[in-house]
Amino acid sequence: MEQVAFFAGAIGALGGAIAVIALRNPFYSVLALVVHLFSLAGLFLLLHAEFVAAAQVVVYAGAVMVLYVFVAAYVGGFEEPLWDAIPGQRILAPLVAGALFIELSVAVLGSGLKSLGTEGATIPVGFGSPEAVGRLLLERFLIPFEAASLLLLIAAVGAVVLAARRPDPERPLEADNVEGAA
Amino acid sequence: MDTTWYLVLSALLFATGAGGVLIRRSPLVILLCLELMLNSANLALLAFGRNLGNADAQIFAMVVMVVAACEVVVGLGLIVAMYRRRIPLDVDENRGLRG
Repeated sequence: MEQVAFFAGAIGALGGAIAVIALRNPFYSVLALVVHLFSLAGLFLLLHAEFVAAAQVVVYAGAVMVLYVFVAAYVGGFEEPLWDAIPGQRILAPLVAGALFIELSVAVLGSGLKSLGTEGATIPVGFGSPEAVGRLLLERFLIPFEAASLLLLIAAVGAVVLAARRPDPERPLEADNVEGAA
Repeated sequence: MDTTWYLVLSALLFATGAGGVLIRRSPLVILLCLELMLNSANLALLAFGRNLGNADAQIFAMVVMVVAACEVVVGLGLIVAMYRRRIPLDVDENRGLRG
C-alpha cells in the first residue's frame, strides 16, 4: 500500500516537474507546478511530516501559486524564440542536468550509510504533528522562527517598493497625472 | 519505503529543475524551476529526518519554504517592474552586465 502511494506521488511529482520545463505557455507551467506541489505534499505525508504537508498545500498551492497565476496573467504569454542564444544550448543543458543527477545519485548511493536502505529509526507517536512542530518552533527554534518572520516582512516591503508605480524620469510628473485622469 | 528511493527521487527532481533553469528563457519559468529545486531539497531533508527519527529536519524544511516564499515575492516584483518599464522579459536579452 505504501509502495503504491509512493509511486503515485513520485509519478505525479516528476510528471509535474517535467511539464513545468516542457510546456511553452508560462500559464500552463504554473498549473503543472500546482500538480507537482500536491504530489509532493502526498510524499511528505508518507514521511510522517503532516504539518509540513499541510503548510505546503496552504502556503504554496494556496498563496504562492495564486501570486504566480496573477503575474502570469498580467505579463501575458511570452513566445520564446526558437534559436539558441548560446550555440548548442538545447543539447548541452539536458546533458548537464543528467550529469548532475548521476553525480547526486552517486553521492547518495556511494555514501555507504547502512540505514539508507531501511525504513530508518522507529519514530515516536505524534512525530511531525502540529503539536510536536509547534513545540520545536516556539522552544528550541524560537530565534530562527522570529528571523524567518522578519525576513518575510522585509521581502513584502521590498516587493511593494519594487513593483510600485513611480514617476518616469523621462516624462514629467504632470503628464502622468493627466494621462491617468483621461 | 527505503530512504534511498526518496533521495533518488529528490535528485531527479533537482536535476529537472536545474535543466529547466539552463534551458528556459522566461524569468517567470526560471523562478518556477527554482521552486522545483527548493522543493526537491525539502524532500531530501524530510527523508533524512524520517530516517533519523528527528523532527528538527521539519523545522529546516519550513525555513526553506519561508525563504522560497520571499524569493518568489521579490522575483515577481522584479518581473512586474520589468514589464512596466517595457524591458523584454527574456534573460538572454538583458545582458547589460555581461561586460
